[in-house]
Amino acid sequence: MKRHLGLLRLLPLTAVFMLLAGCGEERLSALDPYGPQAEWILDNMILSLYVMALVVIVVFVLYFIAVFKFRKKPGDEELPKQVEGSKALELTWTIIPVILLAILAVPTIWGTYYMAEEVPEAAGSSGEESGDEEQSGEGGDSGNGESSSEESPQGEDALVIDVTGHQFWWQFDYPDGFSAGNEVYIPTNEKVWFNLTASDVIHSFWVPALGGKIDTIPGVENTMWLEANEPGVYKGKCAELCGPSHALMDFKVIAMEPEEYEAWEAEMASGNASGGQSSEESGSEQETSDNDSGEGASAASNGRQAFEDQGCITCHAVDGQGTGQGPTLSNFGDREKIANILEPTDENLEDWIRHPGDIKQGNNMPAFPDMNDEDMNAIVQYLQSLSAEENMNQ
Amino acid sequence: MATATATNTNKSVLWDWLTTVDHKKLAVLYLIAGALFFLKAGLMAIFMRIQLMSAENTFLSGQTFNEFVTMHGTIMLFLAVTPLIFAFMNFVIPLQIGARDVAFPFVNALGFWIFFFGGLLVSVSWFFGGAPDAGWTAYVPLSSGEYGDLGLDFYVLGLQISGLGTLVSAINFIVTIINMRAPGMTMMRLPLFCWTGLVTSILIVFAFTPLAAGLALLMLDRIFGAQYFNPGSGGNPVLWQHIFWIFGHPEVYILVLPAFGIISEVIPAFSKKRLFGYTAMVFATLIIAFLSFMVWVHHMFTVGIGPITNSVFAIATMAIGVPTGIKIFNWLFTMWGGKIIFNTAMLCASSFVPTFVLGGVTGVMLAMVPVDYLYHDTYFVVAHFHYIVVGGIALGLLAGTFYWYPKMFGHKLNEKLGQLMFWMFYVGFHLTFFIQHILGLIGMPRRVFTYLDGQGMETMNLVSSIGAFMMGAAIIVLLINVVYSAYTSKRVTVRDPWDARTLEWATTTPVPEYNFAQTPQVRSLDPWFYEKVHGDGTMKPAEPMDEIHMPNGSILPLTIGLGLFVWGFGMIMMQMENPLIPEWIVIGAGVIITFGSMLLHSIHEDHGYHIPLDKIKKIEKEVS
Repeated sequence: MKRHLGLLRLLPLTAVFMLLAGCGEERLSALDPYGPQAEWILDNMILSLYVMALVVIVVFVLYFIAVFKFRKKPGDEELPKQVEGSKALELTWTIIPVILLAILAVPTIWGTYYMAEEVPEAAGSSGEESGDEEQSGEGGDSGNGESSSEESPQGEDALVIDVTGHQFWWQFDYPDGFSAGNEVYIPTNEKVWFNLTASDVIHSFWVPALGGKIDTIPGVENTMWLEANEPGVYKGKCAELCGPSHALMDFKVIAMEPEEYEAWEAEMASGNASGGQSSEESGSEQETSDNDSGEGASAASNGRQAFEDQGCITCHAVDGQGTGQGPTLSNFGDREKIANILEPTDENLEDWIRHPGDIKQGNNMPAFPDMNDEDMNAIVQYLQSLSAEENMNQ
Repeated sequence: MATATATNTNKSVLWDWLTTVDHKKLAVLYLIAGALFFLKAGLMAIFMRIQLMSAENTFLSGQTFNEFVTMHGTIMLFLAVTPLIFAFMNFVIPLQIGARDVAFPFVNALGFWIFFFGGLLVSVSWFFGGAPDAGWTAYVPLSSGEYGDLGLDFYVLGLQISGLGTLVSAINFIVTIINMRAPGMTMMRLPLFCWTGLVTSILIVFAFTPLAAGLALLMLDRIFGAQYFNPGSGGNPVLWQHIFWIFGHPEVYILVLPAFGIISEVIPAFSKKRLFGYTAMVFATLIIAFLSFMVWVHHMFTVGIGPITNSVFAIATMAIGVPTGIKIFNWLFTMWGGKIIFNTAMLCASSFVPTFVLGGVTGVMLAMVPVDYLYHDTYFVVAHFHYIVVGGIALGLLAGTFYWYPKMFGHKLNEKLGQLMFWMFYVGFHLTFFIQHILGLIGMPRRVFTYLDGQGMETMNLVSSIGAFMMGAAIIVLLINVVYSAYTSKRVTVRDPWDARTLEWATTTPVPEYNFAQTPQVRSLDPWFYEKVHGDGTMKPAEPMDEIHMPNGSILPLTIGLGLFVWGFGMIMMQMENPLIPEWIVIGAGVIITFGSMLLHSIHEDHGYHIPLDKIKKIEKEVS
């Protein structure tokens, strides 16, 4: 809501909103949008607020005049005039609301189609988009919308990520065949599409600072797009009651500059993150931990062994692939949070492995309260060493 | 009590209340049952607000919170507000239309007891492994056999039974209002509370039937292994949402229309003016009722049904704003030019108007589909519907309580305590809910048992909790008021303590069992006011004074309800792991009790009794 508000921001209500934007956390609050969709939503919310403020003011003024002016005075026993009604007044307060609602109906329908935009088949869809843009009028999104279609990768297909909601984590499958758990990486300044479904109960995918939400429903596939204007970590939440830990079913959207994103994508696709120390160029899949060349690598390789011995690998993939059983840990070392709620320290990780059910009630991960310290340390070290971001920066 | 003059005084008081078919006593029963459920659900809300007072609080676990959130919603809508509204409809409608009772007094009692035992069945879930925990909307698959525990079986069967009671009562009200009006009480002279009662009853008939069907399907899924909503076997979880909201949206209007009706009675009474635009009000009610069946998808905008459907339902939803606006302005202009007396009833009724507007405008904002993608399932929605149900319905019910209390119980509620309650409640209400709009916008989803530190939500949640405690304190003041007034308030002996307008105030206080010794002749809208101004201050009788035919009380409504409770419990036992007794015995016992009672009712001829003329004359002399 920085530059695109135009004249609206001179008005007092908008100022209130700019103040309120400071209340919430940055990159979480919808009052501080970071993408064209979220900006559209905020602008139209403010538009509707102005229309509604008009109604509220009229009612409140009439109400307070009536309440203060027409009180019964002591001793005044005379009956007031018994008015039956007034056709003219009835018509007025029928027609004016109809007009006000019509004003809101136009952007409503336009925006519904704007947000329901399908995945473009290939390049060339941008022409269609800018055609829509011209009608936007009060939408105020035109600047961003256009830039997005221009900057989208030349001739390439749009990025489409498959999202699956699970109790209580998120699975993100990328077109290149790798998977990410709980934290989804996207390039900035282009529309990224999400195909969403769920494996167990209904969840809802919501990144307030980037756009609206859509439900993930088992047996149904929904589609939505999001776009981030700036690199950063955007917080997402599950918005549909899905069980005891519904409140803790957060996720992150990590937006990167397109070049950086491509490097990340290549790194993830190579499956090397799990190798810890393996070099980027090798490219081949590192199924086992036989590359103990550097110092610290042996700890990691012990960790890998423990990870397999303790059975973690049954549910958690570390080679870039994903399973529906548990979040893939291929790039665990990059996580902003453990299980999306704990700071990524070694102690928290150990705590989580020993008592996941205490931290996220009702989640499906078995507890390992009695795992020996050696294995635990090895696993913790190993998991913390899994990083895609580190490798791609080398 | 209102019925101290009843004839059969040789039975015990308890037996009298358990067997009563008198609409005035059933109203009191509804009032007590509704109030108890209301207190229970309110207490749950307080517990939830304690949990949300600070970030990452551990007062309640996620599971317990979900059970509270579910029961709070379920009880408030099905078991608290519905019976409270029925309490007023039961008491007031026969009096306002000049009738001796509802059309089917036995069915009236049946409706109450079925509702009551259904509510009881939902409530006992706490003692059998936990309450339902899938939200009051019970979305599948979370409420399916795979993910939902035994609590959901109580939800499904308890609501099925209590819904049956509601349905039965609604049909009774429709027949009563259509057929039992006094001579001269044409439809366009019907007080607005009767109109809204009639429309609500019609809505119940059309909305509770899909709910019953949906609950039956869910029961088949859960208990008998059907697959209607199981996506793995070709079922569809979205189907449940459609069925639920086809019921769920009209349900909102089922509750709010009678509140509109109460406001439309109280505001004219204390403004000393007739209702502005009566005809427009009636038609606005009818249009709202019609449209309420056309908008259910606005609860499902984020389900992904597609832009065409979403747009159509958005426009339909916005359209509801128009008739509602008509009502708002008519109330304003009823007060305009009046001579307003501000007592507690009028404070509640008049403050309803601006509060409801605040809830209404957020409703229109929610109808904007793309912006709803932001609001949906956040605290913004929580704030919106609490402005409707607390700022609207609860204020309406409080207004109705203070307004009709003297007619129901023979004395007024204390004014000082009443006004204290009003201000505490009103300020607490805005503190609690206004700030929740913003909480939703900064990223707080609804139905969360906690929120993480550092998201800027701590202060606002604390304010909201403080507001909730104020509302809780206000309700305690109301309870004190009820007890205090019962001991200290002066008995009302006049017919019309408020100098009001409609026919219920033409009856003596306390209202005799037969309501009107002679059916009144209605000559105008606001007939009682008309006779006070244009007549001699008494209703003209439409018939000579004669014996009055009254129905006998019966214990059978209670036993039919009890049988359904036993049957429902037996059905749930099919899901229990180690029931103490085989479930078929319990199911069988329930069926035998219910159908046995029905059979008994059918073969036992009961023609009621007649109150002899001299006795009526004696009663009339005593009370006037």
